[in-house]
Amino acid sequence: MTGERVRIALVLPDLLGTYGDRGNAIVLAQRLRWRGIGSELVTVLSSDDAVPEDCDLYLIGGGEDVAQVAAVRFLRRGGGLTRAVQHGVPVLGICGGLQVLGTGFVTGDGQRHEGLGLVDASTEPGRGRAIGEVTTQSSLGGVGMLTGFENHLGRTTLGPGSHALGRVVRGTGNGHDEAEGAVTGHVICTYMHGPVLARNPKLADLLLEWAIGEPLAPLPDPPEIKALRTERTRIHVRNRK
Amino acid sequence: MTDTTRDTDEPSLDQTPAQRQAPEQQSTGRHRLPDQGQSADQHWKVVPAPEQQPAEAGRMDLRTTTAMNVGRMAASLSQRLGLGSGGMIGGRLALTLQPKLLQQLATGRRVVMVTGTNGKTTTTQMVAEAMRAQAPAVSNATGANMLDGHVAALLTRLDAPFAALEVDELHLAQVTGRFEPAAILLLNLSRDQLDRVGEVRTVAASLKRALAQAPGAQVIANRDDPNIVFAAADHPNVTWVSGGVRWRDDALNCPRCGAFIGDVDRDWRCQCGLARPPADWKVTDTGVIDGAGTHHELALALPGHVNRVNATFALAAALHLGGEEAPALARIRRISQAAGRYDTIRLGGRRVRLLLAKNPASWLEMLDLVSGSDEPLVLVVNSREADGYDVSWLWDVDFEMLRGRRVQVAGDRALDLAVRLRYAGVQANVASTVEVALGGTQGGLPDVIANYTAFRDVLTRSRT
Ligand SMILES: [Zn+2]
Repeated sequence: MTGERVRIALVLPDLLGTYGDRGNAIVLAQRLRWRGIGSELVTVLSSDDAVPEDCDLYLIGGGEDVAQVAAVRFLRRGGGLTRAVQHGVPVLGICGGLQVLGTGFVTGDGQRHEGLGLVDASTEPGRGRAIGEVTTQSSLGGVGMLTGFENHLGRTTLGPGSHALGRVVRGTGNGHDEAEGAVTGHVICTYMHGPVLARNPKLADLLLEWAIGEPLAPLPDPPEIKALRTERTRIHVRNRK
Repeated sequence: MTDTTRDTDEPSLDQTPAQRQAPEQQSTGRHRLPDQGQSADQHWKVVPAPEQQPAEAGRMDLRTTTAMNVGRMAASLSQRLGLGSGGMIGGRLALTLQPKLLQQLATGRRVVMVTGTNGKTTTTQMVAEAMRAQAPAVSNATGANMLDGHVAALLTRLDAPFAALEVDELHLAQVTGRFEPAAILLLNLSRDQLDRVGEVRTVAASLKRALAQAPGAQVIANRDDPNIVFAAADHPNVTWVSGGVRWRDDALNCPRCGAFIGDVDRDWRCQCGLARPPADWKVTDTGVIDGAGTHHELALALPGHVNRVNATFALAAALHLGGEEAPALARIRRISQAAGRYDTIRLGGRRVRLLLAKNPASWLEMLDLVSGSDEPLVLVVNSREADGYDVSWLWDVDFEMLRGRRVQVAGDRALDLAVRLRYAGVQANVASTVEVALGGTQGGLPDVIANYTAFRDVLTRSRT
């Protein structure tokens, strides 16, 4: 943390930012602001030299196959992101971001690509796209139920170096072992759009606490956020056959 | 203008558009730019109205006449049974009976095709009206924008020498595979229901193939949208309209080679050679400047910059077809709504203005339209099949520009919208219906901005 401002890096929105992924940055900045803490949004574009090493939190969104391959090449350059992770800086990877941060992924043309290996997760195309609401019970302390929207072809297998972000209650998730997402240290990956931090404020605050390195003052959830979470997780009950 | 002489029996007509596709230009060197030396008036060669009137009798075979009759019968039956305007079902039946019907109905007419992510319906209506200053014109005014809708529109009046047809972006190639339009209008391209339609690049590539099949058409295209520039740059006859783009997130990288473009507001030139072409028409805050530097006041009944852009496209099309500016513009000016868009309707005992916004780009345009006003504002968002189920795009829209206002939200996804607005610093009330939302506002002429199915539902309720 530089001075009193939390530096939030929005990584490659020009390549990976297909599903409102910028929203996660808006949520983080606003939750800091509501607590009287300043923040700075650092947008890293594919035209930049490399990812800066000195940010407090990194956000990586989703995109198409070609964009993912280009993103891996860019993120490897300079090694800034990997060094930040070694220092315990939190990273949130969404959808394509999960695949890019994993050990490897297979694109639609059958080609295998190496990922950054920041989480132990490997992805191959499934038989059909998983599209729809997804609800999980999070494995992270105090985070509870997670809600989001998934839209992905990839099916992800976790290795021993990672554990799932949540256990699937509704939806597809990783497509194996009722798992959704991948967590290694302070790197959190998930297939959830929504954006995920808008629907799950506790996950947002956990990332912020990791970024700042100390507990945050509790923030009462506005009524519409509570209502949205209830609405989105209740559909599961209503639709159960 | 080859459509008046085209032989309808040419063998290629039964092939799929993909088979008919003209081979892509093999140039691997520098990209050929539109001829910068071309003078403005060369774009405006005056073309006389077609001498040959489209004829119902004459060379039409039995199969075609039967298909047309059945199509019209089905349309009128469907109308009488209250199943809607009947266009789709009639057109679909007629096309099944005579697959070559579209090209046959287009023969002898001058057809203007209008496509792009946003503004198709409004612009098509403007083009049709502008054409009517010269001669009768048909149009698919109800928004049925695939081939069956085109057949239905052309069937409504066989003696009309002009047609203005809105076409779905991914279906233009099927149209130009069947006949060559007189003009093709390319308005803009941006993300729209990504889980259904496919990404913007795919659409741009499809438009490019469609244009390659219509080398004789006049293309009128938005030079400020890099995806449109990519689609149209290789065509031999392009008129470039500078309308500006508010939504940039689908144009950060070169559509041809993927290199970073950055700010699209300047004269960018990519390393691959693709570049922003010089403008033939420049839309201003009140009107439009033509290639000779003359300013034309537009003074439209329809609001906003976005409609000045649409009107410029329509005016350019009308002039290309030999129309005169003053009468064409007079008719465009009088348009006050297009299939309910921008219309003042009655809802829940109130008069309201209804606006359609169905993707991030059109939300930005509509928010821009209302941001200067202090009239009550109701936002309605659904996520049914036709809208796309994922509403994450709400976070791509700059709702922050409504800060300081209190807005009402409704629709299936009112809560997602309310959360978005909370994080944008905008005060919002959640209402169970649009009528309830309106009850929470006082005075004035409220603006209701709704996405696709929400707009349709509000419009239906206002008419019952
Ligand atoms: Zn390029």
